[in-house]
Amino acid sequence: MTVIEARSISKQFHHHTVLDNVSLSVAKGETVCLLGPSGAGKSTLLRCLNLLEPLEAGAVFLEGELLGFREQHGKLYALSKRKIARQRQHIGMVFQHFNLFPHMTVLENVIEAPVGVLKQSKLEAKRHATELLDLVGLSDKAHAYPASLSGGQQQRVAIARSLAMRPKVMLFDEPTSALDPELVSEVLEAMKKLALEGMTMVVVTHEMGFAREVADRVVFMADGAVVEEGPAREMLTNPKVDRTKDFLARVL
Amino acid sequence: MSYVIGVTQEESVPKAPLREIPPIARQFHVWRLIGAAVTLLIAGSIILSLSQNEALNWPVIQEFMFQERVVAGLRLTLELTVISMIGALILATIIANMRLSPNVVLRSISWAFVWFFRGIPLLVLLVLMFNVSLLYPEVSVGLPGQTPIWSASSGDLLNPFWAAVVAFVLHQSAYTSEVIRTSIRAVPKGQIEAAESLGMTHLRTLQRIVLPQALRIAIPPIANDAINLLKATSLVAFIAVSDLLYSVQQIYASNYQIVPLLVVAALWYLIIVSIMSVGQWALERRFGRGTARLGTTVKAAGGKNR
Repeated sequence: MTVIEARSISKQFHHHTVLDNVSLSVAKGETVCLLGPSGAGKSTLLRCLNLLEPLEAGAVFLEGELLGFREQHGKLYALSKRKIARQRQHIGMVFQHFNLFPHMTVLENVIEAPVGVLKQSKLEAKRHATELLDLVGLSDKAHAYPASLSGGQQQRVAIARSLAMRPKVMLFDEPTSALDPELVSEVLEAMKKLALEGMTMVVVTHEMGFAREVADRVVFMADGAVVEEGPAREMLTNPKVDRTKDFLARVL
Repeated sequence: MSYVIGVTQEESVPKAPLREIPPIARQFHVWRLIGAAVTLLIAGSIILSLSQNEALNWPVIQEFMFQERVVAGLRLTLELTVISMIGALILATIIANMRLSPNVVLRSISWAFVWFFRGIPLLVLLVLMFNVSLLYPEVSVGLPGQTPIWSASSGDLLNPFWAAVVAFVLHQSAYTSEVIRTSIRAVPKGQIEAAESLGMTHLRTLQRIVLPQALRIAIPPIANDAINLLKATSLVAFIAVSDLLYSVQQIYASNYQIVPLLVVAALWYLIIVSIMSVGQWALERRFGRGTARLGTTVKAAGGKNR
């Protein structure tokens, strides 16, 4: 079953094409890594999936439901912000710079949306949050403020915060790019655990080791378009397109 | 060869003699000491001359500090400040959000509001509001060209106290809206994106994520504004509202103890400003949660984690 699907989406920034007729479909439980040189449009594609970037053409579907628009008389009309917010609940997002709420403790960060948006009781939200913090190995930091945590710890809290909404799919936008090298593995470990538990994941990353080991499928992008895609191991060891070969030769 | 790349040959490097290195001596800044001495001398002589000045008359100051009219004036000053500041904060938040709106009409009107009320002197605005009945003798509610549903004369509606409140709110909100606007913009965009990606609505994001962080930045300048407003309320003496300053003026007009009574007013203003500064400190602490510099992080994290 397809969880999230982008169908021929295009996007421009100041007459510069960032995404050109890109399609992507992710099945339930699948982990897909988006690879490619910087400026290829990987992050933009990911942000389009979450409606953080407005599209110019094409559409995104979550479990078959059109996101951000409703269709009427052969045209797409934008949904109200409130309705878009409701659709976003089901899509988790982890950012390069963590974006934890600095004025809240770790626990408060994790329960904020379940209590405020899903209207869970504080007790229930806290119980779930404790489980999630345990999953990412940070149960002892529940009452610490983000500023006192390392980058790797902050990113793991951000993962727990997204999971607290019980999303249908998790999007990771270069989750380890802002981290010191020695902190990368703890975040990747948490993500691997998540993938093994059957979470549907789309990951923009430069970590080839992670892609090879954890991803089911790898999508290689360049200049706003998908160049090549296929099973992770096969594509990373045996790419068919020259563009992919060049890129892999440089990063591996 | 060694010359070309700038490396001196080993035998030419002089070796420091092997002995114990003495500690670094404390430096004396002669001019700094002289400056301090002169400043102390000037400050001391001013205090001395004040304490010996008969005209200051400390017993009179003591007598009038808690005199009935002074206390009533003080209460009115406080009411004026608190009501005006609350009104200004509400209006300023609206104006600030209008200025951040993508809509050009809202943006232009809020810009014009700030331009106008920041541009005219407070005293002019105050006297204008006091005389507003000359501009609009009557206020009516209803559809244009039809019998009004309700009407009243503006003199009845706006007594001098409320005329002053309106003037202060308009003046202060023009300033404070700029503080709020810049503070909101100082919150990183990633915070809003994170909140939105969690499915939080626009209003909820503003309430729970943006405003608490913006307030941390806005508190010092807003406290400044509030302190300025407290002192600016003394301008109501011009429209005969009996605040603290007007009350002491009334008293010294009959007993001629001009300086002691002005000192009474000055002392009260100082006391209130001091209390407000403590309040500012407490608010900064409250909204500074999570910022490592205030040390709250350490406390909240608990000894176990440190």
